[in-house]
Amino acid sequence: MPDQEKYNAADPLAEAGTEELEMPSAVENRTFDLGTMEAQSLIKPERLQDHPEAPAADERVEARSLWQDAWRDLRRNPIFIISGLLIVFLIVMAVWPGLFASTDPLKCDLSKSQQGVSSGHPFGYDNQGCDVYARTVYGARASITVGVCATAGAALVGTVMGGLAGFFGGWFDSVVSRIADIFFGIPILLGGLVFLSVVPSQSIWIVVAFIVVLGWPQIARISRGSVITVKQQDYVTAAEALGAGSSRLMVRHILPNAVAPIIVVATIALGTYIALEATLSFLGVGLKPPTVSWGIDISSASDSFRNAPHMLLYPAGALSITVLAFIMLGDAVRDALDPKLR
Amino acid sequence: MTHSGAGADGADTNGAGVPEEAAFAQEVPRGEPILEVRQLVKYFPLTRGILFKKQVGAVKAVDGVSFDLRQGETLGIVGESGCGKSTLAKVLMNLEAPTSGSVKYKGEEISRLSGAALKAVRRNIQMVFQDPYTSLNPRMTVGDIIGEPFEIHPEVAPKGDRRKAVQDLLDVVGLNPEYINRYPHQFSGGQRQRIGIARGLALKPEIIICDEPVSALDVSVQAQVINLLEQLQGEFDLSYMFIAHDLSIVRHISDRVGVMYLGKMVEIGSDAEIYEHATHPYTQALLSAVPVPDPTGREGRERIVLSGDVPSPANPPSGCRFRTRCWKAQEKCARETPALTVREWLEGAAAHDSACHFAAEREIGQSAAERESGQGATERESGKQEKQQ
Repeated sequence: MPDQEKYNAADPLAEAGTEELEMPSAVENRTFDLGTMEAQSLIKPERLQDHPEAPAADERVEARSLWQDAWRDLRRNPIFIISGLLIVFLIVMAVWPGLFASTDPLKCDLSKSQQGVSSGHPFGYDNQGCDVYARTVYGARASITVGVCATAGAALVGTVMGGLAGFFGGWFDSVVSRIADIFFGIPILLGGLVFLSVVPSQSIWIVVAFIVVLGWPQIARISRGSVITVKQQDYVTAAEALGAGSSRLMVRHILPNAVAPIIVVATIALGTYIALEATLSFLGVGLKPPTVSWGIDISSASDSFRNAPHMLLYPAGALSITVLAFIMLGDAVRDALDPKLR
Repeated sequence: MTHSGAGADGADTNGAGVPEEAAFAQEVPRGEPILEVRQLVKYFPLTRGILFKKQVGAVKAVDGVSFDLRQGETLGIVGESGCGKSTLAKVLMNLEAPTSGSVKYKGEEISRLSGAALKAVRRNIQMVFQDPYTSLNPRMTVGDIIGEPFEIHPEVAPKGDRRKAVQDLLDVVGLNPEYINRYPHQFSGGQRQRIGIARGLALKPEIIICDEPVSALDVSVQAQVINLLEQLQGEFDLSYMFIAHDLSIVRHISDRVGVMYLGKMVEIGSDAEIYEHATHPYTQALLSAVPVPDPTGREGRERIVLSGDVPSPANPPSGCRFRTRCWKAQEKCARETPALTVREWLEGAAAHDSACHFAAEREIGQSAAERESGQGATERESGKQEKQQ
């Protein structure tokens, strides 16, 4: 019993519960039936279970939102920290490659073609006798720009188009879905050969735009399906019944619940897009040689992999680490946005 | 009261179907109708074809339902799965547009409102959902869920007071106010339903439509939630429309009960009239299926077992919807749709609205209901004698 009192002192509601339990005695009220009595007696144990533990000290602070909670969670997640540091490192490398490599990636010496490691050139030389280390460092810019921008563009266009199609349905859905189907039907390499060969400019942004145009339908389909599933949930109906408008429904209720599969697909697509840039470059319609990119290096090294594996391994390794970092980041963000996994 | 300048033309706009907010502020005396539903119809079209949709039929989910919800009362709506109970709730909540018919709240037609006028009505009619596991957004904290009504209707609580208002609501429904930063999955089913009730109460509505609020809960937790709803009704002067398929719970909480079958209201009356003096065969069959907690009584009673399935609401039977499964059915039942009225040959408690051409009390439903309510056999005897006279 002293325990019980201590508990009550800690918890004001426990007392509120017992007050409610005051029942008229059977003598005073003969008509009251057993069923109600049983139901009443059941309230007590559950009432006590209501407060299995006192809220931790940090739960007493200001009200928080999902995003604040997610950020708090992410900061403690080692996977997020590792992938975040890797991505920051890659971005710094892409912006200021000179910090990491003093050699010019375009200063090549054919006499050193395919040579191995030597002093000052830790990764050896490629076919043209260029320094592989410098090329790997300088190649980050093109590859990461294409990967990140194309993914961001495709994810944005795809989420917005697919989301709106799923939310509004009807003719708008039909139109968007059919347009997406048309883009889906274009084989990506054939499309690339046709589209990129007629565009005179070989700027990196043309390649990004091409990948966005052909990549958004995949994300649009995922987000449309996801939005349709979430839209049917009772909590969306409940918000509607409260008088919430379309924008509130979409931003507060549907988007946070529909975003998880989009993040997964987008992070995987990021690696695919970097590889797609490499393929297009290999076919001669993507980035053109004075531009340095991992894709160009991987495709030119693939022929002589047996003679000089270092030419392939270093740019391919850099590509793999980049893709892995973004997938890990996407995973961590997705988990942080799901309160059930905390 | 931004409309005060336009008060003169207020009457005109009312006529055009845009009710002034002031119209909702007036008090309805206790026992007077606050919500009047007349000939409400909701058909869901069945279409064929992808590009060029052609209507090939309609699911008649709600087909001409009329009733009043009175201020301060609890109206129970019972019926089996698929009889249109939940569709009725959705139409009343303006979540679905009715095919025809009218819903009047305090004398104002509300079923075809939109925009600001609809938002004003929503403040006064709220809903508690069936499944506490899907009716709370898993990615919002409890504070955000209960606080959302205040964000949508900022006039109800000023910004600075919202946190306090949310905590007060948690307290009202018997949850610890310090739980505002928790997520729904950290609560049990009963606690989640309390959160749903708190959200429904936030705007201080006058009507709460409870769509099977306890059918997803354990029996012990059901009792708590029902008691909470009853306590809140007294505290906030609420009118409930309580949809359920558990007859015992409906009897416990309701002042009046309506029975639905295949989109139609077949019988409506006070709980004693329905449970002890049911005159519609369907109600009698439903009541005879109520489990009896007394083994000796269980053996003695006779159950009405209906044959066949509920007909498809896309193609309901002509005349009386229940005739295909009714033991009283005659040719007249196929020809004429029975009106929901008081039959002149019925007397006393049996004289309440019933949609049956051959409405009559039946011993069986009566006795089962009496046993269930725990009333003595003496009253039953006297009932019999009355009948013989």
